[in-house]
Amino acid sequence: MTKKVTLNVNGQQHTVDVDPDMPLLYALRDDLGLNNPRFGCGLAQCGACTVHLDGQPVRSCITPVADAEGHRVTTLAGLGTPAKPHPLQTAYVEEQVPQCGYCINGWIMTAAAFLAEKKKPTEAEIKDALSGLKCRCGTHVSILKAVKRAATMMG
Amino acid sequence: MTKHEKPSTLSRRAMLAGAGALVVSIGAPLGVDMLLAIDSAKAQGGRPPLTPDQLSSYVAVAADGRVSAFFGKMDMGHGLHVAIAQMVAEELDVPFKAVTVYMGDTATSVNQGGASGSTGIQLGGKQMRVAAAEARRVLVAMAAEKLQLAADQLTVTDGVVHAKSDAAKKASYAELIGGRYFNVQLDWNKQWGNALYAPGKAQPKNPSEHKIVGQPIKREDVAPKVFAQEDYCTDIKVPGMVHGRMIRPPVAGAVPVKVDEASIRGVKGAQVVWQNGFLGVVADREWDAIQAMQTLKVEWSKVADPFPDQTALYDHIRKAPVRKAQIEAQTGDLDAAFKSAARVIEAEYEWPFQSHACMGPACALVEIKDGKVTCWSGTQKSHFVQQGIAATIGVPAETVHVVWKTGPGSYGRNDADDCAADAATLAKAVGKPVRLQYMRDQGTGWDPKGPASVHKVRAALDSSGNVTAYEFMTKAFSRVDVDTNGSKEFDTLSGQTRGVALKSGDGFGIPAESYGFGAKKAGWEVIPPLLDRASPLRTSHLRDPVGPQIHFASESFIDEVAAAVHADPIEFRMRYIKDARDRALLEAARDKSGWQSRPSPRRDQTGAKVAGRGIAYAQRNGTRVAIVAEVEVDRASGKIFAKKFTVAHDCGQIINPDGLAKCIEGNIVQGISRTLWEEVKFDRKAVTSVDWMTYPILDITETPEEITCVLINHPEIASSGAGEPSIRPVAAAIANAIFDATGVRIRRVPFSPERVKQALS
Repeated sequence: MTKKVTLNVNGQQHTVDVDPDMPLLYALRDDLGLNNPRFGCGLAQCGACTVHLDGQPVRSCITPVADAEGHRVTTLAGLGTPAKPHPLQTAYVEEQVPQCGYCINGWIMTAAAFLAEKKKPTEAEIKDALSGLKCRCGTHVSILKAVKRAATMMG
Repeated sequence: MTKHEKPSTLSRRAMLAGAGALVVSIGAPLGVDMLLAIDSAKAQGGRPPLTPDQLSSYVAVAADGRVSAFFGKMDMGHGLHVAIAQMVAEELDVPFKAVTVYMGDTATSVNQGGASGSTGIQLGGKQMRVAAAEARRVLVAMAAEKLQLAADQLTVTDGVVHAKSDAAKKASYAELIGGRYFNVQLDWNKQWGNALYAPGKAQPKNPSEHKIVGQPIKREDVAPKVFAQEDYCTDIKVPGMVHGRMIRPPVAGAVPVKVDEASIRGVKGAQVVWQNGFLGVVADREWDAIQAMQTLKVEWSKVADPFPDQTALYDHIRKAPVRKAQIEAQTGDLDAAFKSAARVIEAEYEWPFQSHACMGPACALVEIKDGKVTCWSGTQKSHFVQQGIAATIGVPAETVHVVWKTGPGSYGRNDADDCAADAATLAKAVGKPVRLQYMRDQGTGWDPKGPASVHKVRAALDSSGNVTAYEFMTKAFSRVDVDTNGSKEFDTLSGQTRGVALKSGDGFGIPAESYGFGAKKAGWEVIPPLLDRASPLRTSHLRDPVGPQIHFASESFIDEVAAAVHADPIEFRMRYIKDARDRALLEAARDKSGWQSRPSPRRDQTGAKVAGRGIAYAQRNGTRVAIVAEVEVDRASGKIFAKKFTVAHDCGQIINPDGLAKCIEGNIVQGISRTLWEEVKFDRKAVTSVDWMTYPILDITETPEEITCVLINHPEIASSGAGEPSIRPVAAAIANAIFDATGVRIRRVPFSPERVKQALS
């Protein structure tokens, strides 16, 4: 059974007619045409699908779309733009972090929520905050450099 | 336009149009307006064929003077396109930013082998360089005619040919050929793929003249990635598209004997595609396709358990019949040396099956429309997939267009080519475009695996501790049970499940180094696959195919011999290494890492945490890498922290040092992951490591504190590869460091905490 679900994504209202139990990921990707988040595992194990719900990172691959109703959904595209980048996006470009780049949505969205709450984090705190994410290309050294750079930019 | 742009919708003609003019061949100049009025297929009549012997197959100049480079390979995340643009810009004497590299599109490039064997620059770049040099020669000749000057009186600055003595006498590339095709024949060696080479009459520049090659230029495709502006292969949609999902058997080798289509009647638009062992579903919506996949009732054939108990894997390899054996290197009288040896040292090493476990499972979209087939894929080898899809659906290859788009990671022959063939099979069956993405368990559980292996090594020593003979023998699953590309139906899951005749390949490899032992023998034996058809343990190329396995064994063993004669591991190696570049490399790693000369192990540490350092080195098709690893071992938990790496790297001429350093960084980290954690798990029936919990990889908390690269540049030596060589010695460097710290030798990968703890107890 489908149901009309109203989503507020990156500041815009959308109504989708979907199975309310369908993960939010598929509504964002298939119904709204947003190329981020990405499907990595569908099991909340890798983070590639991460979006913010009211500023908090959630794994959209296991979040029922109906649960997002009434909340502000933010995706990577909503985090910043080339004209007005989030410090993490600037830092990612500066540090030339990604290789295949499929994982970066998860790292940036998770780190953005973390840095919004934690000023001047230690390296151990950064690692702990990001420990639930995966990168297969092995860009971890650059990821840490970029997050530290962004943390500095964010004061 | 950015450098990484891949023309999924633009025709070659439209791309070349640049600022609006049309592209015609030199021999057939047509009016722009007239050409615009005819369709692109006809317009191509004015263009040379897309064949390896045509300059226009590699380079074109648009009406605005911008240069397009059409590259039959593609970037797997190392910024290869940046290096290619540097090489092309260098030879053409145009600014770096004037060059756009189009990668891996079968409609715009010839088959240069795809991403393969770290040959992006080594072979692919070599071709692009000679093509660009020839383009410059032709353009200078055209300018000479136009300006009525001798060619040797001309030079080129930023895409403008001008007299050396008078810069006012000039003609720009845009004026000379902008918007028209080169119509210049190259001297093609009649080879396809990696071996393709087609130089013109021009000689490339002397490296001493290079201004753009060698510069640390950044990737332009990073920003589109972080701002979510780049379409990956997973993001492509076409009108009328449906979503596909595949269904794999619960017991490997089983095939569907009964499929209850009524069981998914409640799933909107769901449709079953069942052909022999091939079983998939499609639905209009992706979530519905997943529901149908999960809901469909299938009765599977009863088959004997296909696999041995995992604990018996290495016994199985040792006892298995040999399908093919090869001695690849043999010098001196090995038997005599072992007979007269004062001492013989022997050891065996074991490496498990490993998965590509890419960040996302493979995805492909196939559209069959109006007699033409289009496939969007993250494959490493689009020109081969073109052939594979043609064979799979029974159409001529020239009607198939494969568009390469960035995929969810690729480190060799992963699941991408299987996915393209599966998507083509589904699309043909349902008569609609099908976007197929595998599920996580299929990506990790059903990708072709890196082969498991056993390596038996022995050395003969004389009474002074000199190595007089060395033997290295591998017994393993093949590196090419399925081949490195999806061009043949028997190499894809689609073909294998549908029942095509099988053709499994054989191959492995031997250590690549320059140790000059008196007598030397190195070879391999390959055993049959555990299950010959549609096996989740079929084996193929995983980053630096068989290199990590072989050099884990060979470079651990050299360390064992050094320890046996109480020699410093680097000094011991230096006694035997013949190659001057190898020697310089080891010295560089030694000096940069602050290596203290002493034998291993240390024997001076007490307490729960001990530290050690290890060296390992290897060659790979011209490239050499030496790695010093510094590790900490928690004796109580068995956990290894691979803390610091010093990597000396010599790949001849460096095109882009920043890109190279990033490439090495990824190799080292992925190498640590494969060494410490990665092992495909299976039971008697199936692969059981199917996600990130059951197939763990390195975590951010385990990131090395430091990876220091010493990039040895040899501008005078042709570039060799970098995509894979530096992963090769990682496992041995870590193993040797663990031995240095603890005095315990671990001869089986991965060095999981349980295994290390057990070894230490």
